[in-house]
Amino acid sequence: MANDTPPPPPNKRWAKISPRETIRRRFFPDVRLTTHEGKKVRFYEDLIENRCVMINFMYARCQGICSPVTANLRRAQQLLADRVGRDMFMYSFTLKPEEDSPAALKAYVEERKLGPGWTFLTGRPDDLELIRQRLGFTDPDPARDADRTNHTGMVRYGNEGLSLWAAFPGMQTPEAIAKSMLWVAWPQNAGHTRKG
Amino acid sequence: MHISRFREKKSLAIARKNRLEIIKAQLNRRDMLKAGLLGGGGYLVLKNGLSQWASGHEAWARGGGGDGSGSGTGIVSPPTRPFVEALPIMPVRQPVTTLSGPTPTIAPNTAGGEGRTRPHQAFGAYPTKFTFPPALKFETHQKEAFVSMSPDLPPQPIWGFDGQYPAPTHHARYGQELLIRNFNDLPPASQNRGFGMPSVSTHLHNAHTPSESDGFPCDFFSPGQFYDQHYPNALAGFGSTHASTNGDVNEALSTLWYHDHRVDFTSQNVYKGLTGFYCIFNQFDTGNETTGYRLPGVPNASNFFAPIQYDVPLMFADRVFDPNTGQLFFDLFNFDGILGDKFLVNGKIQPFFEVEPRRYRFRLLNSGPSRFYQMFLTDQGSNTQLPFFQIATDGNLLPHPIRVDNVIIAVAQRMDVIIDFRNFAGKTLYLENRMEQIDGRGPTGNTVPAGAGNFVMQFRVGTTVTHPDASVDPATNPTYYTLPATTAAPRVSRSFRFERSSGQWMINGQIMSSDCAQPRFSVQQNSVERWSLQNNSGGWMHPVHIHFEEHQIMSQSLPLLATDVSRKDVFRLQHNETTQLFFRFRDFTGRYPFHCHNVVHEDHAMMLRWDIVPAPGGDTNSQP
Repeated sequence: MANDTPPPPPNKRWAKISPRETIRRRFFPDVRLTTHEGKKVRFYEDLIENRCVMINFMYARCQGICSPVTANLRRAQQLLADRVGRDMFMYSFTLKPEEDSPAALKAYVEERKLGPGWTFLTGRPDDLELIRQRLGFTDPDPARDADRTNHTGMVRYGNEGLSLWAAFPGMQTPEAIAKSMLWVAWPQNAGHTRKG
Repeated sequence: MHISRFREKKSLAIARKNRLEIIKAQLNRRDMLKAGLLGGGGYLVLKNGLSQWASGHEAWARGGGGDGSGSGTGIVSPPTRPFVEALPIMPVRQPVTTLSGPTPTIAPNTAGGEGRTRPHQAFGAYPTKFTFPPALKFETHQKEAFVSMSPDLPPQPIWGFDGQYPAPTHHARYGQELLIRNFNDLPPASQNRGFGMPSVSTHLHNAHTPSESDGFPCDFFSPGQFYDQHYPNALAGFGSTHASTNGDVNEALSTLWYHDHRVDFTSQNVYKGLTGFYCIFNQFDTGNETTGYRLPGVPNASNFFAPIQYDVPLMFADRVFDPNTGQLFFDLFNFDGILGDKFLVNGKIQPFFEVEPRRYRFRLLNSGPSRFYQMFLTDQGSNTQLPFFQIATDGNLLPHPIRVDNVIIAVAQRMDVIIDFRNFAGKTLYLENRMEQIDGRGPTGNTVPAGAGNFVMQFRVGTTVTHPDASVDPATNPTYYTLPATTAAPRVSRSFRFERSSGQWMINGQIMSSDCAQPRFSVQQNSVERWSLQNNSGGWMHPVHIHFEEHQIMSQSLPLLATDVSRKDVFRLQHNETTQLFFRFRDFTGRYPFHCHNVVHEDHAMMLRWDIVPAPGGDTNSQP
């Protein structure tokens, strides 16, 4: 049987899609979200496209990993100074959109005195769940994955325009976080096009 | 803009409509696998009727051992025909008389475009043993190229040393130091074609290399720069325990490999192709079956830097290809580990290899990213598993050959084996991976039945022999090296708990930072230490790699295999396991990492930096 010669494959025509577009379609659903300031935004077009970003998941009443990670990211934000909000953006997505209204997230931001350029996002639960799944903020153990009190403290970082994506533990030093962001903030002037 | 907006909305609507179904389908993949509805490659099994082309050969051509996505992305590679292309044999890198660029210097030549930050230490520390610049020089250019991995897929953009995947094999000799000038000619990040970081650090895996040439994760350099790496090819102990004999011949290494080690991006850069073999020879492992230990191999009569007949490096790699574009696909948003549903050997998907009915030495390497293999030699006609001999684990020859019917190979491990095809003239045999693994956490613990695994490559055994077999029959139980004693009292005993907390990897409860800024602990040069590794991370397994010095296993929770009684550089840390390892840190100083070699875990900070410092020095922290 193993010596049978298989028939030739169908004359396959490969789709001409750029890698960046493949990544967008697979990982960045352009769902509508609401910021802690009540602004309506789209995940891809308004938050990710052509941007250098940090992404994590949290919820306002979290008693676990969120507080230390938020405090740590705040220190990293201060190290990056005015670049955050200018050419680097920080996004925290709620794991509990049903209890994290824009107002609740705004209160979280104000309580912790988080600076501009760091946006907290809520929206329809299944939209946030879709983003969480696509960006891999999941645990392969279904029971652990369902337990929101034990969610991941990992933070994605990357540069959409350059298709550079990686991650760091949210509890690593603020210096290392800032340095990681500089690794992906490669000059964008030669950025490739998404379509075609 | 209007049109693209409209398209966005339409795709959004479709996405919304399918959303729950997608999630549901992902959850169901495992159930389907359990129910036998999914084959090893993520193909639906025959009864479900995939396309005739794919299904007709599914049973023996299947790819992955998991759900094909391993990541929840659910990607299934397009069908490819197995065993239609010959196994590539990598060329051997040739020395150069003059290096491109400026004359090499001991201090980093920053102004001349070098990315190195520390001077070469060996020439100052051991002036009678090493001469600068070394007489033997090489250069390599890391660059983009297009290669064919299957006739059924479009050309694949890769990053390769000298534009080749796998890279040229490097042949080295003990006692013959060399300098390799490593050029980063990769395209800028804006042209990375979807993944890969074009700043790089090349690690010579398992070698006794000074820190500044080791390929430390944070010693990366940028496109347009070069980095001179000094490989002493010196036996461990040359400057310490075995100074009078120029090192301990019992610690000679054989099969090493080199690969990118750029912090946070190693998995992408290795997946993209930055991997090659590095084989070291000496008076015993000569590459010639008429001399030394007489391991199978007939070298080129006039050129050491040429492939050796009957001594064949096999680089295993599992990959996923986008079903729409046919392009190599890397799951950028995966924390667990990436499984491919296509198996490459030396850069081709499921190649065949025409062999002669005699003994061969194969150097098996699992180049990752995350999968564990258990390789059997299968005679599919009779569905029997044929025995063979394992002669090395990682870079080290075992004290004696051991007759086995399979080898387990974790990421980065190497296993040299001798297969005797003498009695199989005219037959077709397969290397079959029977280790079941359905996600990046590690194998399930099941070995799938014979014939139901992944047929990784095919051997077509011919009927004539070009060079009559002059190698020693491993069944006669020849003796190779003797294991060095492990009776010396350790200066420090340290323990390391590998854990996972809130999705973050921890060692002894602490996070590792990706800037490599601080060592977690420091070891006194030329001292003995005992390290205990514990896996407390639940359902995860980790191939733990310690740079620079090898270890011997003093004890482990699970029964020790005969093939583990050796020196090793990768410890396969299984579920809830504790092991005690013996180390002797010699000769050089500087910073080194130790890390999980599931490169996806490694990139997510399952790594720490430790340093070797001159005596008197080093800490005695037992739980760093």
